[in-house]
Amino acid sequence: MIKISNLHASIDGKEILKGLNLEVKAGEIHAIMGPNGAGKSTLASVLAGREEYEITEGTVDFDGQDLLELSTEDRAREGLFLAFQYPIEIPGVSNINFLRTSLNEIRDYKGEEQISAKDFLARVKEKSALVELDSKLASRSVNEGFSGGEKKRNEIFQMAMLEPKLAILDETDSGLDIDALRIVANGVNKLKSDKNATIVITHYQRLLDHIIPDFVHVLYDGRIVKSGTKELALELEEKGYDWIKAEVETH
Amino acid sequence: MAYTENELAKDLENQEYKFGFVTDIESDKAPNGLSEDIIRFISAKKKEPEWLLDHRLQAFATWKTMTEPSWAHVHYTKPNMQEICFYSAPKQTKKYESWDDVDPEMKETMKKLGISMEEQKRLTGVAVDFVMDSVSVATSFKSKLNELGIIFCSFSEAVQEHPELVRKHMGTVVPTSDNFYAALNSAVFTDGSFCYIPKGVRCPMELSTYFRINEGGTGQFERTLVVADEGSFVSYLEGCTAPQRDENQLHAAVVELIALENAEIKYSTVQNWYPGNKEGIGGIFNFVTKRGICERNAKISWTQVETGSAVTWKYPSCILKGDNSVGEFYSVAVTNNYQQADTGTKMIHLGKNTKSTIISKGISAGKSQNSYRGLVQIHKNATNARNFSQCDSLLMSDECGAHTFPYIECKNSSAKIEHEATTSKIGEDQIFYCQQRGINIEKAISLIVNGYCKEVLNQLPMEFAVEAQKLLEISLEGSVG
Repeated sequence: MIKISNLHASIDGKEILKGLNLEVKAGEIHAIMGPNGAGKSTLASVLAGREEYEITEGTVDFDGQDLLELSTEDRAREGLFLAFQYPIEIPGVSNINFLRTSLNEIRDYKGEEQISAKDFLARVKEKSALVELDSKLASRSVNEGFSGGEKKRNEIFQMAMLEPKLAILDETDSGLDIDALRIVANGVNKLKSDKNATIVITHYQRLLDHIIPDFVHVLYDGRIVKSGTKELALELEEKGYDWIKAEVETH
Repeated sequence: MAYTENELAKDLENQEYKFGFVTDIESDKAPNGLSEDIIRFISAKKKEPEWLLDHRLQAFATWKTMTEPSWAHVHYTKPNMQEICFYSAPKQTKKYESWDDVDPEMKETMKKLGISMEEQKRLTGVAVDFVMDSVSVATSFKSKLNELGIIFCSFSEAVQEHPELVRKHMGTVVPTSDNFYAALNSAVFTDGSFCYIPKGVRCPMELSTYFRINEGGTGQFERTLVVADEGSFVSYLEGCTAPQRDENQLHAAVVELIALENAEIKYSTVQNWYPGNKEGIGGIFNFVTKRGICERNAKISWTQVETGSAVTWKYPSCILKGDNSVGEFYSVAVTNNYQQADTGTKMIHLGKNTKSTIISKGISAGKSQNSYRGLVQIHKNATNARNFSQCDSLLMSDECGAHTFPYIECKNSSAKIEHEATTSKIGEDQIFYCQQRGINIEKAISLIVNGYCKEVLNQLPMEFAVEAQKLLEISLEGSVG
């Protein structure tokens, strides 16, 4: 699905990613953990195509395409979805209008017909139930006046509507209470198939109680320094990141 | 493909005016310049009654004592009145009986404006009084309106057919001495629209006028008078585009609205005069006086979408004279390149329990300057007056300006006045969010801008709202590839 090789990226001349390697196959869920400032959100931004970052080295293959050559919107249209850590408010634009525009842009790119109003609304109904999102939120302005939990659920709702190949969840658990966490995780699990893949970026192990990852990676100082299975996450929870840092520095 | 705000701003600068074309219709022009003789010429040309000529001459005398105002936050070379042609009429003298008789070239012009009569006719009841240069050439739906006793015609026709109504109301809201350009208009106005809704009648269709400057170097001095008699209702639409020009063209219109007891007037404008090229050369000077007066329980609502003109100076206002009367002002003003706009409203509260609402959305791009200027005045007898004002500015580039000049004068302690204002730059985060959902930058901007203006666009009648939305897109979209 996606193969990141020796990725270097910097912002304002400061290198954040320093030779990152990661491969995710269809049907897999990968968790990326790491201390503050390790480069987790940078990785998400770089993959999504945020322009402030300069890619100085490395390649990213996304389903046979050179991802770094694609525009931000074309990456999205090819099936890359980023659930934002801080979802953006767009006053005056209804969630429904936003999603319909989005969906039709993607369909247009693929040479498909525009979705009919009837099919669209049926889909909104089905997918909003998935994340227990009040259907009233669908007609409100994008993220405006949403609570923290509603914003995150709205991200997963959008993901469900757009059915991406690869979803990157950037700290989707931050600011969520236990119930919201369960709802969001449930949504992600239900959307899982052997055709798509998910990268879960998180600080804490608790999300991984709900979304069981196939692999867990530790990102530290711009590189993946350790990979393992779910047990690694539990170990990190118990011991913190210091032992990883020590391990890296002795090498 | 990466877009920075600066690149975006550059793209926005490359927007050429999309309605730039000139229709070649031989016209009947007055010599350039302004004098008593010219005014007599105009009046004679229009076969006006004596009282109207007197009215013009009096206005001219007043005007000569006045100086052009300079308090607005705009800079421009003052037009030389002796170089302006004050009268120009398309040559055909015969009035059209049916739409089929209209000059094909004129039809073509309307088509380019996107308002072909054929289309208009098919649309559910939009009566159009199309003003090309200074004389009305086509009026439709007249018979339908006649049945209800509604008068909707060119101003000149009203002077001939309904002199008593014109004489009674003209100049009562905007007196000839009101300001420099209103006085000028009163002296030299050539045509415009007149509308009268009889007592208790609800006008069943939107009344629409398209203004258009067509003759090079012709100043346009439109005069509009709308009278809604007791308990009546009318929704009036005014929209305009103009052909591309090198020289500045002066447009100084006067619009007067009179809402008698329990009447309601909804006046909507989409303004798209030629704004000049991207170096700031050419474009229309739009110095307009628009004002309405509300008697008891009456309501006047102004909605405007302003995207054109090189310099705009315009404050649609309401005099809330009667108790319980309501004034509203909804405005979107877009400026790009070197455009300058100083626009807003005046809400004059005279009666008790009067209410006013002001929603102003400014959007500045390129090197333009966009100002909101508003006055809320509560007089001492206006017990329990209420005002709510919201003035938002959206900046699209680093080189443009947004200014807000709110004035509040309150002489009654029971009044309640609220004012909210925000200034924001179009968010890179918002654009990125849209792009991450597969929406390209042009569509993203259009989506964000339309969302920002929603409260105002919602006030427009349906078909006008769609047109306005298109216009916003045209005014702001970049040639993004």
